[in-house]
Amino acid sequence: MLVAGRTGTLLLLLGAAVVASMPWWASSYHLQLASTALVSAMFALSLQLLVGGAGMVSLGHAAFFGVGAYAVYLLPPGLSIGLTLPAAALLAGVAALPVGALSLRTRGFFFLMVTLAFGQMLFFLFHDTPLGGGKDGVFVTRPAFEIFGLLWEVPRRQRAQVLLWVNLGLLIAMYAALAALMRTLFGHALLGIRANEDRMQALGYDTRRIKLVAFVIAGALAGISGHMWAMTEAFVNPEFLSWHRSAEALLMVLLGGIGALHGPILGAFAYVGLGEAATLITERQRLVEGLVFLAVVLLLPKGLAGLLPRGKEGGR
Amino acid sequence: MDLSGLFAQVLNGLQYGLLLFLISSGLTLIFGVMGVINLAHGSMFMIGAYLAYVIASLTGALWLALPLAVLGGLAMGAALEAGLFRRFYKREHLDQVLLTFALILLFEEARSAMLGNDFHAVPVPAILDFSVPVTAEFAYSAYRLAVLVVCLFVALLMFLGIERTRIGSAVRAAAEKPEMVDLLGLDARRIHLLVFAVGTALAMLAGALAAPLQSVYPNMGESFLIICFVVVVVGGVGSIAGAFWAALLIGLVDTLGKAYLPEIAGLVVYLLMAGVLLWRPSGLFAPGR
Repeated sequence: MLVAGRTGTLLLLLGAAVVASMPWWASSYHLQLASTALVSAMFALSLQLLVGGAGMVSLGHAAFFGVGAYAVYLLPPGLSIGLTLPAAALLAGVAALPVGALSLRTRGFFFLMVTLAFGQMLFFLFHDTPLGGGKDGVFVTRPAFEIFGLLWEVPRRQRAQVLLWVNLGLLIAMYAALAALMRTLFGHALLGIRANEDRMQALGYDTRRIKLVAFVIAGALAGISGHMWAMTEAFVNPEFLSWHRSAEALLMVLLGGIGALHGPILGAFAYVGLGEAATLITERQRLVEGLVFLAVVLLLPKGLAGLLPRGKEGGR
Repeated sequence: MDLSGLFAQVLNGLQYGLLLFLISSGLTLIFGVMGVINLAHGSMFMIGAYLAYVIASLTGALWLALPLAVLGGLAMGAALEAGLFRRFYKREHLDQVLLTFALILLFEEARSAMLGNDFHAVPVPAILDFSVPVTAEFAYSAYRLAVLVVCLFVALLMFLGIERTRIGSAVRAAAEKPEMVDLLGLDARRIHLLVFAVGTALAMLAGALAAPLQSVYPNMGESFLIICFVVVVVGGVGSIAGAFWAALLIGLVDTLGKAYLPEIAGLVVYLLMAGVLLWRPSGLFAPGR
C-alpha cells in the first residue's frame, strides 16, 4: 500500500496543523464538525487495513465501531479515558474475533454477505435487547480526561477544542501505527494476500490466520473510533452499528483511494465536507449521498489520493 | 403446547420462506451467472410492494398489481442491466457494492419524494378476505394460502424453465462455469439480460404479494435483503434448489423463533448461519459436495 511520500506527508502535516489551529479562528460548530471528520477518518482508516491491506470488503465493520461506542455506556460512568479507550478497543476486538473467525471461512462476496449479516446481528443485539438501553439510543457520561492519575478538569467552554485535539492526536497515532504495521513482515504478507491469496498459501503462509489478525486489529481500531464518537457526541445509538455506516466508510475509503494509506483521511474529510455543503442546498440528504456514491464509482475509481504527489511504494 | 397455533406458525413460516425464495433465487442467479452482488435487489422488492399499494388505492383491484409487477420488473431489470450493471461485471467488488448502495439510496429517495415516509396498510382483496377452516377449531387466512399457492406455482415454473428448456440449461451452465457460455458459443449478453430481468421481476412480484401481509414502509427492502443473504449463504451460491430449501428453512426458523423465543428472535437466523459456516462453509446445498 502506498504511504504518502515526502511532499505528501508534508501536505498531510500541514492539514493537521490547520485543523489543530481551528480553535483560534473557527466557530464551535465547526470544531464539532471537524471532530466528526476526524473520528470518521479514524473509522475509515481502520477499514482500510482490511480493504486496502488484504482486499477484504466488509459490510459489517460498523458493528465494531458501535461496540466501541457502547463501551462508554456499558462501563461505569466517571472512569478516565485512559481506561475506557483501551477497554473499548478490547471489547471491539473481542467481538471481532468470532465474527472474523466465522466470516473468514468464506471469501469474496460471501465474506461480504456474511460480515453484513453478523453486523446486523450485533445491531439487533443493541436494538432489541435491554443490553443497549433501547432502540432510540441513550445519553452517556463522557469519560474524564485523566491520565496517570492527573485529572484534567476541562471547562465546558473548552470541551470542543480539547476533544478536537484529542481526536487529531489519536488519528495521527493511528496513521503512524498502521504505516509502521504495513512495513512489517505482517503488512507485506497482507499485501501478498491481496495480490494473490492462493500463491501466498502455496508459499506456506497461514493466510486465514493472517487475515483474522488483521480483522481483529481493524475491529479494535474501529472500536477506538466509536469510543471517540460517543465521547464527542455524549450519545450512543443502535444506528451506530447499522450497515449504512459500514457502506459510508467504504465510500470514504474509495473516495480517498484504495491504494493509499492516507486515502481514507482525505475521503473522510471530503465526505463530511460534501455532506455539510449539501445541507445548504437541499434537505434531501439521501439524494445527494446517492449521487455522490454514483459519481465516485463512475468517475473517480482511483480516488482523491491520486491527486496527491505519488510517494514510494511502502508495501512491496 | 397449542397445536393449532403451532400449525398456523408453520404455515406462516412456509409462506414467508417461499417469499424469501422468490427474492433470493434472483439474487443467487444474478450473483452466480454475472458475479455481481446486487444490494439494490431489496429495493426491487420494496418497489413491488409500493406498486401494489398504489394500484390497490387507485383501482381497488390488487390482483392487477401482480402482472404489472412482473412486467415492470422485467423492464426495470433489463434497463438496469443494459444501462448500468453491464459495465460493472469486471470491476472490483467495492465498486459494485457502492454502485448498488447508491441505487438503494436513490430508490428510497424517489419513494419518499413520490409517496412520503408513512406506513401504509394494503387491504387484502375482498374475494380472499376470509378464513379457510382447516380443522374444527382452526382456520387459516385465505390470502396467505393464496400467496403460498402462487409462490409454489412460480417456483415450479422456475424449476421447469431452468431444468427443461434450452435457455434454462444455458443459464445453469453459466451459473456453474461462466466461461462455459463462451465456449459453447452462446450469446452471453442475452443470458445476462434475461437473468437480470427475470430476477428483478421475481423480487417485485414477491413485494406485490407481500404488501397486504405486512403493509408497506420505508426501507422495507433492506431487512429482506439481509435475510436473503443469509438464505444464499446457507443454500450455497448459484443453486436454485439450494435457495429453495434454505429459504424454507430460514422462513420456518425465523417465524417459529419470533413466536416462541421472542427475546432473541432477531438473532436466531444469524446463529443458524454461524452454525452452517462452521459445518459447511460453502452452503448446505452447494453442488458437488
